[in-house]
Amino acid sequence: MLLRHTPKEINERRALTINPAKTCQPIGAMYAALGVHGCLPHSHGSQGCCAYHRSALTRHYKEPISAGTSSFTEGASVFGGQANLLQAIDNMFTVYEPEVVAVHTTCLSETIGDDLPQIIDKAGKDGKIPAGKHVIYANTPSYVGSHVTGFSNMVKGMARMAESGGHKNGKVNVIPGWVEPADMEEIKRLAGLIGVGIILFPDTSGILNGPLSGEFKMFPEGGVTIEQLKSAGDSIGTLALGEWCSADAARYLDTNNKVPCRVLDIPIGLKATDRFVDALRIIAGVSVPEEVTHERGQLVDMISDMHQYFYHKTVALAGDPDQLIALTEFLVSIDMWPIHIVSGTPGKAFVGRIKELTADLPCQVNVKSDRNADMFLLHQWIKQQPVDLLIGNSYLKYISRDEDIPLVRWGFPILDRVGHQYFPTVGYKGGLRLLEKILTAILDRKDRDDTEQAFELVM
Amino acid sequence: MSHAIFEERKDQIFEKVGDEPFRISCDKQSLAGAVSQRACTFCGSRVVLYPIADALHLVHGPIGCASYTWDIRGALSSGPELHRYSFCTDLGETDVIFGGERKLARALDELIPRHRPQAAFVYSTCMVGLIGDDLEAACRKAEEKHGIPVIPVMSEGFKGSKRAGYYAACKALFTLVGTGDTDGTPPMSVNLLGDFNLAGEIWIIREYLERMGVSVVANVTGDGRVADLRRAHGAALNLVQCSGSTMELAKMMQEAYGTPFMRVSYLGVDDMAQALYDVAEFFKSQEAMERAKELVRREVADIYPRLMELRKDLQGKRAALYVGGAFKAFSLIKSFRLLGMKVMLAGSQTGTQEDYQELASICEPGTVIVDDANPLELMKYLIEKDVDVFVGGVKERPIAYKLGIGFCDHNHERKLALEGFVGMLNFAEEIHATAMSPVWRFMPRKARPALKVAA
Repeated sequence: MLLRHTPKEINERRALTINPAKTCQPIGAMYAALGVHGCLPHSHGSQGCCAYHRSALTRHYKEPISAGTSSFTEGASVFGGQANLLQAIDNMFTVYEPEVVAVHTTCLSETIGDDLPQIIDKAGKDGKIPAGKHVIYANTPSYVGSHVTGFSNMVKGMARMAESGGHKNGKVNVIPGWVEPADMEEIKRLAGLIGVGIILFPDTSGILNGPLSGEFKMFPEGGVTIEQLKSAGDSIGTLALGEWCSADAARYLDTNNKVPCRVLDIPIGLKATDRFVDALRIIAGVSVPEEVTHERGQLVDMISDMHQYFYHKTVALAGDPDQLIALTEFLVSIDMWPIHIVSGTPGKAFVGRIKELTADLPCQVNVKSDRNADMFLLHQWIKQQPVDLLIGNSYLKYISRDEDIPLVRWGFPILDRVGHQYFPTVGYKGGLRLLEKILTAILDRKDRDDTEQAFELVM
Repeated sequence: MSHAIFEERKDQIFEKVGDEPFRISCDKQSLAGAVSQRACTFCGSRVVLYPIADALHLVHGPIGCASYTWDIRGALSSGPELHRYSFCTDLGETDVIFGGERKLARALDELIPRHRPQAAFVYSTCMVGLIGDDLEAACRKAEEKHGIPVIPVMSEGFKGSKRAGYYAACKALFTLVGTGDTDGTPPMSVNLLGDFNLAGEIWIIREYLERMGVSVVANVTGDGRVADLRRAHGAALNLVQCSGSTMELAKMMQEAYGTPFMRVSYLGVDDMAQALYDVAEFFKSQEAMERAKELVRREVADIYPRLMELRKDLQGKRAALYVGGAFKAFSLIKSFRLLGMKVMLAGSQTGTQEDYQELASICEPGTVIVDDANPLELMKYLIEKDVDVFVGGVKERPIAYKLGIGFCDHNHERKLALEGFVGMLNFAEEIHATAMSPVWRFMPRKARPALKVAA
């Protein structure tokens, strides 16, 4: 038992996180920034932060991740990092020639109190930002929130590029939230089918799921362009997918550029996708095209074909709020019971939403977010009340192994399997894939555990 | 990308051409804005200490430092698995303002009674260095309260590169050494420094030594135990691998306890055999030498036929390597030579002047030597030198693959033991698997478009 040091009895913890269900802000900012065309993320802090984020993203995407670092030293930590950042901006534009540099802070530069807008402004005035190139930024103190907060902050940094030219561009801004490149592609496809022109930001499709070309491109094709971001101020509306990842940027555009916004859940599962499709349909003023209805029908079809296997299966989940809310709704809608749910990301509304979504379940649902809502606690809950299935990132594999519970890998990070880069789990098509994974896990387990007499060919 | 190499970085790269005298600049801070492959002080300390399996490892800082170092390195344990947990004080905004010492004390109060570790290491992070928590005092208090060593690791990330972290780790380790009873330690005994038991490697080395009649007192730190570290000063000799990470500890022990040390490498046939002979020689034991020779004969006989088979395919292929410390590079160059391959590029994140000097002396003409490279520089030379296999770490792997070049992880993510004679065979198999993979046929390798970078 790898996790044999985890006791079944739960004691109140006040000062400690064990086996976290979160990480820190800057990596979220880095991931978001990679969804801007020609963008080099820059970590304003020690070298280690940047190396860790690049490594973690590399392991998850199996793609090269480039990012600069201010390479703080003891001196910079005392006198402030302005000189480092100015030199870094200069060096990056000179040597790597990005279109955009996206600077995020770290706990180090935040604690020192470096003033990003002021330093970037100075870089501009000193001529360190070449004409036509841009620097966007986000404050991402690692001691506040989580990786999700950092993502949201950088997306807001993108929204700050928006300009209002007076003429509406007829497009809809869609802020997809922290989803995979394949999900972003799927959102664009769905919008295309419905006939809505969208500006999607960030957009990591093509950047973090690229082909083997025989070339190493620091800036692969893809990503939202600065032109598009500027134009986002003239869009007819914004759909923000996920309160935690996307709402801040959408509200910023609403307030500053008078682009009205709606905050929806990430379109994971039947109902959330219905709402997303409906929102797009209303904006476009069309009825839902046959092709989309067809895909929806296929998802309902699969649920009906296999519903007996979902029936009252208990599930434990770990991950990020936006994803878990949508997933919980989906699971409940197919008669599964998510009974243990943790997210390390703070936000009281999360627990409220989950309680609401699971209110009709005839069993107790454990849900916790913020500090101490970690995989150690989740494991203790599972020891108290075992489940049939785990859904979450690769770190759940320890619990999966020890407790002999099948695991569907979903979320961030996935360090030991592939597929998430290429196959979406949003939309109706994504719902099919998610169900396929869940079913395979459940049925493989049944096949493994059935007695010889009970072992069945047809399921 | 007209100039892949920073003007300021030119003296950190050396191409061995003709009789030009060797010169390289190294051991300096990366340029701000560089896409460096390096990490920080905290990272250095964490990788050195974390394999000690019966100790508690508590990261005092924000959550990221703990998340990113949660069991990322396959340092195996034959017993406890506490080191594979991630413990963190998870500092928040109020802690930045009011300090994190109380939180730290509470965390230790909870963890030590529950897990009963033999010692606790508390890692300092950037933020702790800035907010001014008195880590040493907090650890001292906890030590008195709980009766186990609670050791502060002064590993604030901004202090420097990984090398500074190795030093902080060595200082922390040194506080344990000398606190245990050395009675009954056999005269022919060693400590293994700088082996982290990735994929079970330290078990291979221990078995070789045991076959020679040499006992191992402490593993530093792969499959390490606190009690062994405490009595490590009883060993007659320190064997230091991966000189960057634990050399300082060896020096401290030599000064304090007179324990001599020897630099060894367990990678490749030549260096592995040499290490065993050197140990036998050190103990002036004819019997140990005979046993070592017999061991080498057997082990080499076991792997040789297969090695030669693999060599047939690999003969003439070109390799590049970019590793953490330069010491590893020496053995790798010899290993590639044994496979009939040529090393075209050799680089490291944290090599020293003398490391690079030695590297240059064993490399063939035309080899590029580089300190603290960035991805564009790596790409430039991989293409220019028409490399078939690249040896590196996690961030280098996808770069190689994108270029259609084979790759072998000789770092955290190695999946097979690469030390010892069996390790040489594993290495050869891995190189063969990747260099000869049919996948490269699916990309226009020879028809590779001229790269913009080759300005």
